[in-house]
Amino acid sequence: MPEFVDILNAIVLFSNFVLVPAISYGAQLALGALGITLVYGILRFSNFAHGDMMAFGTMSVILITWGFQSMGISFGPLPTALLALPFGILCAIGLSLMFDKTVYKFYRVKKSAPVIFVIVSTGVMFMTNAIVRFIIGPSDQRFMDGTKFIFRPREFKEFTGLSEGLALKSTQALTLTVAIIAVAALFYFLQKTRTGKAMRAFSDNEDLALLSGINPDRVVFITWIIVAALATTAGTLYGLDKSFKPFTYFMLLLPMFAAAIVGGIGSPIGAVVGGFVIAFSEVIVTYAYKKFFIYLMPESLEPSGLMQFLSTDYKFAVSFIILVVVLLIRPTGIFKGQSI
Amino acid sequence: MNALFSQQNRAPLAFAVMALLLVAVGMGQSWPYALAILNLCLISAVMSLGVNIQWGYAGLLNLGVMGFTALGGLAAVLVSEAPVLEAWSVGGQGMAVSFVLVAITIILSMLVYRNMEACWQRRLTLAVLYIGAFFTINHFYEPAVKAIESVNPATYGFLGGMGMPIIFSWILGGVMAAGVAWVVGKITLGLRSDYLAIATLGISEIIIAVLKNEDWLARGVKNVAGLDRRPVPFELDLQTAPWFTDMVQSLFSGRLAALADSERADALNQLVIQSSSIFVKLCYTGLFTVVLVAILMLSMKALNSPWGRMMRAIRDNEEAANAMGKNVVRQHLQVFVLGSAVVGIAGAMLVTIDGQFTPTAYQPLRFTFLVWLMVIIGGSGNNLGAVFGGFFIWFMWIEAEPLSIAFMDLVTMGMDQASDLRMHLLKSAPHLRLFIMGLTLLLTMRFMPKGIIPEETRLHSV
Repeated sequence: MPEFVDILNAIVLFSNFVLVPAISYGAQLALGALGITLVYGILRFSNFAHGDMMAFGTMSVILITWGFQSMGISFGPLPTALLALPFGILCAIGLSLMFDKTVYKFYRVKKSAPVIFVIVSTGVMFMTNAIVRFIIGPSDQRFMDGTKFIFRPREFKEFTGLSEGLALKSTQALTLTVAIIAVAALFYFLQKTRTGKAMRAFSDNEDLALLSGINPDRVVFITWIIVAALATTAGTLYGLDKSFKPFTYFMLLLPMFAAAIVGGIGSPIGAVVGGFVIAFSEVIVTYAYKKFFIYLMPESLEPSGLMQFLSTDYKFAVSFIILVVVLLIRPTGIFKGQSI
Repeated sequence: MNALFSQQNRAPLAFAVMALLLVAVGMGQSWPYALAILNLCLISAVMSLGVNIQWGYAGLLNLGVMGFTALGGLAAVLVSEAPVLEAWSVGGQGMAVSFVLVAITIILSMLVYRNMEACWQRRLTLAVLYIGAFFTINHFYEPAVKAIESVNPATYGFLGGMGMPIIFSWILGGVMAAGVAWVVGKITLGLRSDYLAIATLGISEIIIAVLKNEDWLARGVKNVAGLDRRPVPFELDLQTAPWFTDMVQSLFSGRLAALADSERADALNQLVIQSSSIFVKLCYTGLFTVVLVAILMLSMKALNSPWGRMMRAIRDNEEAANAMGKNVVRQHLQVFVLGSAVVGIAGAMLVTIDGQFTPTAYQPLRFTFLVWLMVIIGGSGNNLGAVFGGFFIWFMWIEAEPLSIAFMDLVTMGMDQASDLRMHLLKSAPHLRLFIMGLTLLLTMRFMPKGIIPEETRLHSV
């Protein structure tokens, strides 16, 4: 039997490399997937430009953050980007409303097939991508400032006396806090307010909603505002936690879609759950368990290899395989999708 | 004026404009450059035909073009590289055992799937089977991979290929892409249109991830360079070949005669070097044209045959076609496999002309979405339209970069030469081409949704 301390060490090790990163990544994915699911539920198309809209919002936040920093404004121990976030959201809202008016509205009025919307959204994706690369360039940007850690591995070791350390980055705590606030606000809005109810009605049955006097233009307008806000928040949190690179944001599209579909596309609660399902599977499957088992197993049974299911480079494959399995076994996702 | 732009005149006009553009590049920039663009235009046209088969004929939204292109590229490596015998001797056995085990797993899982009722017991059995297979296969696979990758990793570290002329990869590329497309199609083709798009996008990413990480296959991110069993002569060989020098001499005899004796040898030398590069490119142009024309003829024949009519019927009204007794899913699978095979051929051609295989070069914007632009802007459902789209969009993609830089230069002319803003704008100007592409797509979708050379409307008088 492994000693009690070893079990504790194994748990700490697991939390440090799997639980904490997966929770914060899951929260970021959940916010992104919420945007995709809202667009799908209300505007009724798969928005391939979502990743690039995230990139645009985040870029605005970064630029404004730099402006604040050069003016000497800071947010104490918290990153300055949080102060810039509302302004970044405004920029993203402007962009998405502009694209809605010039591009999507035409096809909405015509009631085009969903495939046409997908193609058009790739056009928007190209343009947004170009704008972002044009303004801030294709390379990596870091814009995190303020306190980096809530506690470091060394402090944790000294405090508990264990041989494994646990780190909690402030961005991870921040991600979770902001995500909880955003999701709570969104659910309150959708469930309790008049406009939110109108949106859900519109998503459930457009014709009935129109008959009861719901103004479709207003619903679409508010949807874009919420989606832009969610996308920018998700992008900023991801960028603070890791770093900002336009291409990475484009690639986030896949796990976000996977999250939305796994949870049941069109269902907000599904998007949140889906985000965590995808994040946890990605991290769990690509983590090397060697050290973990060394703590738990008697010496004679210690593993020789890395005990890793898949190398980290196959992260995308994980989200995709889950996506396919869900689509084959339960096409509507965990929570029955298609309604809000 | 309207008669000039009528339906029948569109295609000849469009191709004439395209030819003029290429000639303009040849005169304005240089002929080797224009030919290089033309060769890639031809490859793009083949890709675009492949996507057109899927989207234009059958309405399948396949966003996995990049993956099938890369498979064609992999075929080029597997065909033309010499086999690394040492790697085969250290790791071949383990690899073979792993592959046999994979095959056994697939057969077993199919047996379980067929012979058990759909219930949780079946799922459990399958799960246990897969987990067991994973660890068993890894037991043989991992040491084999390690052994292969440690064989002279700086130059080899992979199993190598068959050591045949690379041109055979055009066939193998098509076959490999078709094989993978069959598996992918089996899994995903029951899905709704936009789910299919996401699923194929994901699969293409997985294919690229495998190519990047499985070094034993094609050296992964270490790339395979120097694929030299190519179907055309090398520039250097041409420059030393007497017949080529003679040919150049007779071609340019007028220009050479006008020169003084002392300059003649030098000038001839220059001409031979230039001509050799043009000659090689022309050889490629010829080969690619043959492939393109062959595929184009076949596609046009297929589209006008009863098969093509059935495909269009399925595309335009799936339920009605189904009610008429057409097996929609099977036809979709067929057309998916065919289109992907064509894309795979183009992928092999691309690696042939590049002479190297770099998995990191496969980017979805360039290899998936750009090809889609070609089909939609050219005219989906019309083969000639797709070919024109391939030419036109590739041309724009190449020329938009210098044009956007020139444009930026013009815009910022009034600014201070060394100002930061001007520097930034000039440096970022190449990204404008993505913007131009997106804008072109949106404008086409809005004002010319059927593309530049639209699908013929077939009206049957009753």
